[in-house]
Amino acid sequence: MAHDTLLEIRDLMTHFHLQEGIVRAVDGVSFEIRRGRTLGIIGESGCGKSVTANSILRLVPSPPGNIVNGRILLHRGDDSSDQEPVDLARLDPRGAEIRSIRGAEISMVFQEPMTSFGPMHTIGNQIMESILLHQSDVAASDARELAIENLRRVGIPRAEQIVDAYPHQLSGGMRQRAMIAMALSCSPRLLIADEPTTALDVTIQAQILELLTALQEEFGMAVMFITHNLGVIAEVADEVAVMYLGRIVEQSDVNELFDNPQHPYTQGLLNSIPHIDEEKLPRLRAIEGVVPDPYEIPRGCAFSDRCPSFMPGTCDRAMPGLDETGPGHRVRCFLFSEFEDELTEVADGR
Amino acid sequence: MLTQYIGRRLLLLIPLLLLISIISFALIQLPPGDILNMEVLRLRSAGTQVSEEQVEALRQLYGLDKSLPEQYWLWISNILFKGNFGTSFTYVKSVSEILAARVPLTALVSVLTAIFVWITAVPIGVYSATHQYSLIDYFWTFVSFIGVATPGFLLALIFLWIAFVQFGISAIGLFSQEFEAAPWSFAKFVNMLQHIWIPIVIIGMANTAGMMRTMRGMMLDELNKQYVITARSKGLTETRLLVKYPVRTSMNPVFSTIGWMLPGIISGEVLVSMVLNIPTTGPVLLQALLNQDMFLAGSIVFILSVLTVIGTLVSDILLVWLDPRIRYEGVA
Repeated sequence: MAHDTLLEIRDLMTHFHLQEGIVRAVDGVSFEIRRGRTLGIIGESGCGKSVTANSILRLVPSPPGNIVNGRILLHRGDDSSDQEPVDLARLDPRGAEIRSIRGAEISMVFQEPMTSFGPMHTIGNQIMESILLHQSDVAASDARELAIENLRRVGIPRAEQIVDAYPHQLSGGMRQRAMIAMALSCSPRLLIADEPTTALDVTIQAQILELLTALQEEFGMAVMFITHNLGVIAEVADEVAVMYLGRIVEQSDVNELFDNPQHPYTQGLLNSIPHIDEEKLPRLRAIEGVVPDPYEIPRGCAFSDRCPSFMPGTCDRAMPGLDETGPGHRVRCFLFSEFEDELTEVADGR
Repeated sequence: MLTQYIGRRLLLLIPLLLLISIISFALIQLPPGDILNMEVLRLRSAGTQVSEEQVEALRQLYGLDKSLPEQYWLWISNILFKGNFGTSFTYVKSVSEILAARVPLTALVSVLTAIFVWITAVPIGVYSATHQYSLIDYFWTFVSFIGVATPGFLLALIFLWIAFVQFGISAIGLFSQEFEAAPWSFAKFVNMLQHIWIPIVIIGMANTAGMMRTMRGMMLDELNKQYVITARSKGLTETRLLVKYPVRTSMNPVFSTIGWMLPGIISGEVLVSMVLNIPTTGPVLLQALLNQDMFLAGSIVFILSVLTVIGTLVSDILLVWLDPRIRYEGVA
């Protein structure tokens, strides 16, 4: 059977065991990333989107973080092969197998271009390090040429000079380009971009997004794009998952999500974007309240204390399931799913 | 660019050293009385008659009747142009002769102590940081607090006592008795190596303890930085990425303290050397200061200051050479 799916996450739970209690940063997340496609993950700070990304590459520091449940299945090889998928959740986070995947099959670009390169070594040195680590057929003498080639590919001018530059000599935008060059230096099948444009100013943001889209078309890798910016999601994603407090609350095709948002949280997010074409500018409609303290998540639906459609006696008693409401459109809300089913599940399960 | 920087720093050394020489000289002159008072007192208490004329003659002989600036000029010009540091009153020998035997040993003990400090403190600091709040981390934290808080001479005394009472060894001195007065030979050198680690460990203890904490703190800062996670996300092994990135960045204080570690070692060394009876400059300096043996004391203070200044220069050059951020921003 040909696999269109590259990465399959099933009921992932990553918890942090702290002195104050357990923080369920990721609490039962499932999604799939298909080859060559872009999944956007959106949510407020602290909703678990970065922890999800870090869980995939097993970069969550342990202690205190632990993957307590779930599977992260990576389908290696070409889509025609029948190779058994690897469950990343079961690998030793310091072992050789996960290290052979990091940077080679799945690589990552981070939010902070200012600090994501080590300050003591040149950009070229750090890119060459990735190349030499994963591509045993490349001679040390050729790695430099490849690094320059990679830098050129992400639109860095004078790449043969920049290769010898130190990180602090480059602007934020240039550093982020170099970061992308490094992440793509071993032609990964999946690029995880964790808020790659958040720290950049708007014009540079647009350039980096354009670059990522162009590179994706050219090299055909899948992208998992994490952001809290709906505008960015609209631009890059094929599919979107909205996260709130460690869970996916709505998931659908990008157009469907913007045209027909169903979860009150998604609607709230969309409403809080100012629209340029509105005649009279209304006050921005922010979502009421604040994200609850991770130790005091409300009973029942985690969003119930901020929800405009809150139904007393229902939403505060059980967590709704992520139910399909249309083709490829799933929502975690009692407005769309049967309350009784979940209640029995709660009584049975926890 | 780097050579330009070094050249500029070397030029700056000249006024600095001049200033240091003036201050060393002034410091020696500060306490009331001079070497002659001491000498006359000693002679008189021994029952020798010393007339005022004799004192005056001695005073002229040593140039003590001249004004301070003149005395200073005499002292420094002799050092600069003749390499003559003057004569020690108490030892009745030229200062150069006394120091020639002791300065190299002091330098050797200092350098070896510094190396001892680095090769113990850096790995322990790194381990403590990467295993924060583990049992071993707590153990080293405890050791380092004790190490910082215990004066070296006390440690030396305790050590001597244990060595003598428990093992019947006398841990005093740098050489065994048969080598004490012997000329330098390979056997004497080996014999010295067998003894020298004791003062090195004792003198280095406080510095090691401090450096351990510094290294641990620096590492803890660096370990959480994004670039460490980036390196991990590239698939590097933990050891390799630690050594290449955060350890390298954390080493800055290690290099920048070369300069001020020297005076620390030397002042710590004075008392320890007294206790352990090691033929370095420390005990001589103390004796010279007590006796107001001005040429000897002044010369030692001056030479040690020069070593410190050079140490600082070396550490600055190392930093500029090793840290590209300093190299490109501070210098160019």
